[in-house]
Amino acid sequence: MKKNLIRIGIILIAVLALYYGSTHRGLTSNTVSSTHATTKNILIVGSTALQPLVEKASSMYEKENPNTSISVQGGGSGAGLTQVQAGSVQIGDSDIFASQEEGIKPSKIVDHKVAVVGIAPVVNKDINVSNLSMKQLRDIFTGKITNWKDVGGPDMAITVVNRSSGSGTRTVFEDSVLKGETAVKAQEQDSNGTVQKIISSTPGSISYLASGYISGKNLRAVKVDNVSLTTENIENNKWKIWGYEHMYTHGKAEGQTASFIKYFKSKKVQNGIVKELGYIPLAGMKVDKNSQGKVTSK
Amino acid sequence: MNTKVTNKIAIGIIYFISALVILILAALLISILGQGLPHVSWHFLISHSSSFESGGGISDQLFNSFYLLIVSMIISLPIALGSAIYLNEFADPKSEFIAVFRSAIEVLSSLPSVVVGLFGFLLFVLKFHMGFSVLSGAIALTFFNLPLLTRSIENSLAAIPNLQREAGLALGLSKWETTEKVIFPAAVPSIVTGVVLAAGRVFGEAAALLFTSGQSAPQLNWYNWNPLNSNSPLNLMRPAETLAVHIWKVNSEGTMPDAVEVSAGSSAVLIVMVFIFNLSARFFGNMLYKKMTSGTGK
Amino acid sequence: MARRNKKNSQDPIKESLLRKSISAKKDMFGRSLSLSALILIGVVVFSIFFFVLSRGLMAFTLDGINPFKFIFGTVWNPTTPDSNGNLQFGAFPMIVGSFLVTLLSALVATPFAIATALFMVELQSNWGKKIMHPVVELLVGIPSVVYGFIGLTVVVPLLRKTFGGSGFGILAGTIVLFVMILPTITSLTVDALRNVPNHYRELALAIGATRWQMIYKVILRAATPGILTAVVFGMARAFGEALAVQMVVGNAPIMPNGLLESASTLTSILTQGIGNTSDGSVQNDVLWTLATLLLIMSLFFNLIIRFIGKRTNITQGGH
Repeated sequence: MKKNLIRIGIILIAVLALYYGSTHRGLTSNTVSSTHATTKNILIVGSTALQPLVEKASSMYEKENPNTSISVQGGGSGAGLTQVQAGSVQIGDSDIFASQEEGIKPSKIVDHKVAVVGIAPVVNKDINVSNLSMKQLRDIFTGKITNWKDVGGPDMAITVVNRSSGSGTRTVFEDSVLKGETAVKAQEQDSNGTVQKIISSTPGSISYLASGYISGKNLRAVKVDNVSLTTENIENNKWKIWGYEHMYTHGKAEGQTASFIKYFKSKKVQNGIVKELGYIPLAGMKVDKNSQGKVTSK
Repeated sequence: MNTKVTNKIAIGIIYFISALVILILAALLISILGQGLPHVSWHFLISHSSSFESGGGISDQLFNSFYLLIVSMIISLPIALGSAIYLNEFADPKSEFIAVFRSAIEVLSSLPSVVVGLFGFLLFVLKFHMGFSVLSGAIALTFFNLPLLTRSIENSLAAIPNLQREAGLALGLSKWETTEKVIFPAAVPSIVTGVVLAAGRVFGEAAALLFTSGQSAPQLNWYNWNPLNSNSPLNLMRPAETLAVHIWKVNSEGTMPDAVEVSAGSSAVLIVMVFIFNLSARFFGNMLYKKMTSGTGK
Repeated sequence: MARRNKKNSQDPIKESLLRKSISAKKDMFGRSLSLSALILIGVVVFSIFFFVLSRGLMAFTLDGINPFKFIFGTVWNPTTPDSNGNLQFGAFPMIVGSFLVTLLSALVATPFAIATALFMVELQSNWGKKIMHPVVELLVGIPSVVYGFIGLTVVVPLLRKTFGGSGFGILAGTIVLFVMILPTITSLTVDALRNVPNHYRELALAIGATRWQMIYKVILRAATPGILTAVVFGMARAFGEALAVQMVVGNAPIMPNGLLESASTLTSILTQGIGNTSDGSVQNDVLWTLATLLLIMSLFFNLIIRFIGKRTNITQGGH
């Protein structure tokens, strides 16, 4: 009898869950509330890569506008977009275009590009390869080239370290480098910091990092097609691997939210901390890139 | 003769393996404390964490850990107490109804913490629009607390000899009055021990908090104790990165130059805290026990 | 206090009648209060299962993924479509990874834990009780991120230096989990050994058994169910562990083809992916399905423990 009761309970849960699961798509997408009024508390959620930058900017903003309080949270681009679409936060930070994220309806949210990030392939210091062609890079990350000697390096197996699928940096990298090919299955790490550590300590390893993280004496960035990652080369699109950092708002940005985004795009922030942290200010960009990766000159 | 040799060999092996285990465990403790303690200073404990510069501290994270713990204890203790009292004092041990609840508690205690965290993320953060907040995190921790506490309180109550219950009933007290006035006070010392031990376990929980209380710690204003203000330490709706989450975060996304030192220091602090919890559990338990027994001796 | 005042009041009959009704009410109140607390826990467990299961099943019901292919498929390619334009969701590499680290770490940890527990209970019980027991209890309480941190700073570099490669992989995960579940299994095994009645030992020694014979033929046999429970408990902890494993296992969603190659577990893919996917997308749904698998496994471990527990009751009843 005891057993039966538990069994019945389990079956009951399963049936209910099956029913609910097959009828209610997305628990949040249908509960849109309007929280984007002229609030004095701004809630920002999303991209962990952008988080330190936004945190810094918001504490500067709070000093100038003591009545406003801004709370910045990580959680990932997907979490940011989900929550801004549901209207539960004012700003959703994202490393990628909303249209690149499945399950997000780009029409519901408004894009504000706030900075540009360059991404460069990095290798362990033991690898004396300083330049790779775009094709070689693609072949390495799709698993066609597996030894460094094929690209002019030492006879050593290539250890590819990738980023977790769906992460912003990986999306930008794959869009600009792989051109629709599938990446080789390799070790995946969640964050710039971990990749930096692994590349520094693993002989023969290659990965890619956002420009702000390319530091340390045990790793170095590699030129692609004889172009190195510099601000100028990104601004005129000679360096191809770059993307935008976005702030998304639910509907049109209003009140304090709008003024914070404006502040973030101001010269003070763009030429100050944005540069300091290795991002590239928007103002200097001579080209535009759309969500399909198409580049047009301004 | 043969059995004696076997005996000696077997006992020798046991001694050898135990020595090895002691060595491993000691090495573990020494390496955590040895790596970490040199970086723990008063400054480290009382300053805010920094994202880019070295020399940041863990004050907010430390406070958050305690605050989350206290909030979750406030939520879970009454529930655990109630269910333990019902299970031990009122419930008919043969009832199938009770058996279902008992197994529910067992199941709850063995759930992987990520699953509990994800459940909290889905329900509280997204569905109820509570965001990454102290409250969401505290509720997620409650799910861990409940089975631990319920079980330890139930054991404490069960350890009280039935004579006391009979005595209470014989005096004409109702079952509830006996529980409230006789059984519960007698069980307090071991309940306290159980609670503090559970607190030590919950203190280091990270996986459940990543997506409930969030991965960011807004700098707290120590002079603002208005719980409604978003910089106030007491605010329930602010994100609260705890010490354990901080270790994970610093290891993966750490942008500060002294990331390794910070996480080593935090680990050491965490261990010391757990150690203090364990010691104080014994201490309080013994103290209360002495107080109570001498009290009843009068 | 209130009761005492009433005791001293003047009209005993009326008072006693009145008092009885109050305490009966209180009794009812207390009973229902504590029952509702119990029911609340039940509701919590119910809703965890309900929500996680309903989200986990969406991948099958709404996204039309074949459950069989999901569990036994070996290609995990959730974001970039392959040459045919299809996304592939094969969770088998993660399932294998999870089982491998769990089984291997339990396999290594069990003899160590049993030997240590024997040492603490049978050989040096004084020393064991006073020093070892508190230390083991302390180690049970060490947060898993700390184990992960040690894994990242000590174990991975050590493996890299010894065996080459990146150092990340199943072996690193196994070592971290071994150290993590060792205290858990040890402390539960100690409890199991202590539960063996003392007259078993006396009897064995009295008929001339050596210490080892006593341990091997009597104590361990009598404590087997308890030890098994301890091992399963440790395995449950290892299986559900997320962060410590994620930090050292390498997180490559491929079939593990060696202990030193990067691999992945259910939990590591789950914690990495959940922030990068948005609610309501296929990518998010499949992560919930992974969570459901974890949930089902924990239920399974629970059933095993129950089963072992039941068998003990029977044998003890027979004695």
